[in-house]
Amino acid sequence: MSESKKGESSEILLEKVREIEEQKATASAARPEQENTAILLREEKRFTPPLDDAEAKRRMRAMSRRGFLIGGAAAVFGYLGYGWLKQPENNGIFTKAFRLNEDLSQDYFSAKHLAPEFPLEMAREPRYNGDIGLNGDFEPADWRLKVAGLSDPRSYSQYAEDLNEGIADSGPAPGVILTLDDIKRLPRVEMTTELKCIEGWSVIVNWAGVRFSDFAAAFKPRPVKYVGLVTPDSKYYVGWDMPSIMHPQTLLAYEMNGAPLTIQHGAPLRLVTTVKYGIKQIKRIGRIEFTDTRPADFWGEQGYDWYSGH
Amino acid sequence: MAKKLEKKHLLAIRWFHWINFPILFLMIWSGILIYWANPVYSIRIFGYELFHFFPQAFYEALGIPFRLADGISMHFLFMWFFTVNGLLYVFYTIISGEWRALLPVPGSFKRALQVTLYDLGLRKELPPQGKYNDAQRIAYSSVILMAIGSVVTGFAIYKPTQLSWLTSILGGYEWARWEHFWLMASFVMFFLVHIGQVIRAGWSNFRSMITGHELVTPDEESARKLSPLEEGVNA
Repeated sequence: MSESKKGESSEILLEKVREIEEQKATASAARPEQENTAILLREEKRFTPPLDDAEAKRRMRAMSRRGFLIGGAAAVFGYLGYGWLKQPENNGIFTKAFRLNEDLSQDYFSAKHLAPEFPLEMAREPRYNGDIGLNGDFEPADWRLKVAGLSDPRSYSQYAEDLNEGIADSGPAPGVILTLDDIKRLPRVEMTTELKCIEGWSVIVNWAGVRFSDFAAAFKPRPVKYVGLVTPDSKYYVGWDMPSIMHPQTLLAYEMNGAPLTIQHGAPLRLVTTVKYGIKQIKRIGRIEFTDTRPADFWGEQGYDWYSGH
Repeated sequence: MAKKLEKKHLLAIRWFHWINFPILFLMIWSGILIYWANPVYSIRIFGYELFHFFPQAFYEALGIPFRLADGISMHFLFMWFFTVNGLLYVFYTIISGEWRALLPVPGSFKRALQVTLYDLGLRKELPPQGKYNDAQRIAYSSVILMAIGSVVTGFAIYKPTQLSWLTSILGGYEWARWEHFWLMASFVMFFLVHIGQVIRAGWSNFRSMITGHELVTPDEESARKLSPLEEGVNA
């Protein structure tokens, strides 16, 4: 008896399943919206009321005339504009926009935002990509670093009355004259970071030197907005904003990949950073000047972004 | 014979669309001015280089060589217009309800395949659709994702230190640059297919992107297989 009951109930179950499946099939046939995304998302169409032939054509023609006049003018203007932009002599018309981006960048800039550091094994030899300011006779042993724009230069034993001595048409500039040992006495820092060229390539390099912020703590600048750095022959020069140069990943470096800097890469002292492109990371620094006027910048004068900040 | 005018494209959408055209062109062109300085990407199969981006003749034709600084200045100016125009478009699409004509649903992928088969002449009928078919829905939604991707990878390249979290998510500076390049290439692919389809669809369709309207005869209306429910909505 229980056997037959079981059979009966399973029969009923099967019946039920069949019923449900049938319902499903009819339902989906009756619901074409399942097959039309437009209905599913309740897309609406917008029609005018039916119009007679002439009226429909008249309206269409009026709209076309206006639309194509505007569109045609825009197309001609765009084509001529592109032809004009294509001429290399029109270089640089948008460089003013760099200032706008600079202001926006500085609003977001923080010394707490750091670039990633990499394992030492990933460090490579960077490409030698620029010799401006590195030519001519140079004896690293005779090298000195001149620093101008300090708040109280007389308080240092390296005080110099006039850094401009011997330079024509320049007023006296008191400051300090430092040796590499003066720099090396400051806390040594190492970082393995990605050097990014404005051309687009990048390479991981290991640097050792002192944080610029430590250097500025030891040789206190006047409260200024900018820093200008120049090679000893004055042929390469960069301008920096104060917040960027005080970033903890901006170093005055004297070693690269575990060895003293080579001449090509800026011996004896160069700037390295994660907050600006390579064009700003001046090699063979001869002079540092803290200033309130925006310093000249070699590539800035060639139409590149003066700020070039990361 | 009575005709109706169908309002196909809202005025604001048409403006966003057409403003985007020169901006996207300038972004790609100025991007190539930058890329030229370090042209490292190519298509390779088993280590064999099929195509290197880009041939010298291409650079010459577009006035590219030796204009890195200029490229940067344009790219970093027009990026704002590209971003703002894109944001306005997305925002307007949401509030106007136009998203209903543009977003795909899970079933769209099946129907998009059917559309593709139809376009290739391998299928007789188009699946039911609204203003856009499901392949278009997927394409037009993808291009928005591509735009978002371009802006995001762009910022990762622009500020790799201040936005280092973003650059890291994208796999680092070099990957972000690679992604940015291929997103550009996808835009170009989208553009080519888009132009091809616009030509196929004919004059009336193209004109509607300028005037906003398309003439519809009752015959055409029924030929487009508007379902009863759609008619209900239209009434």
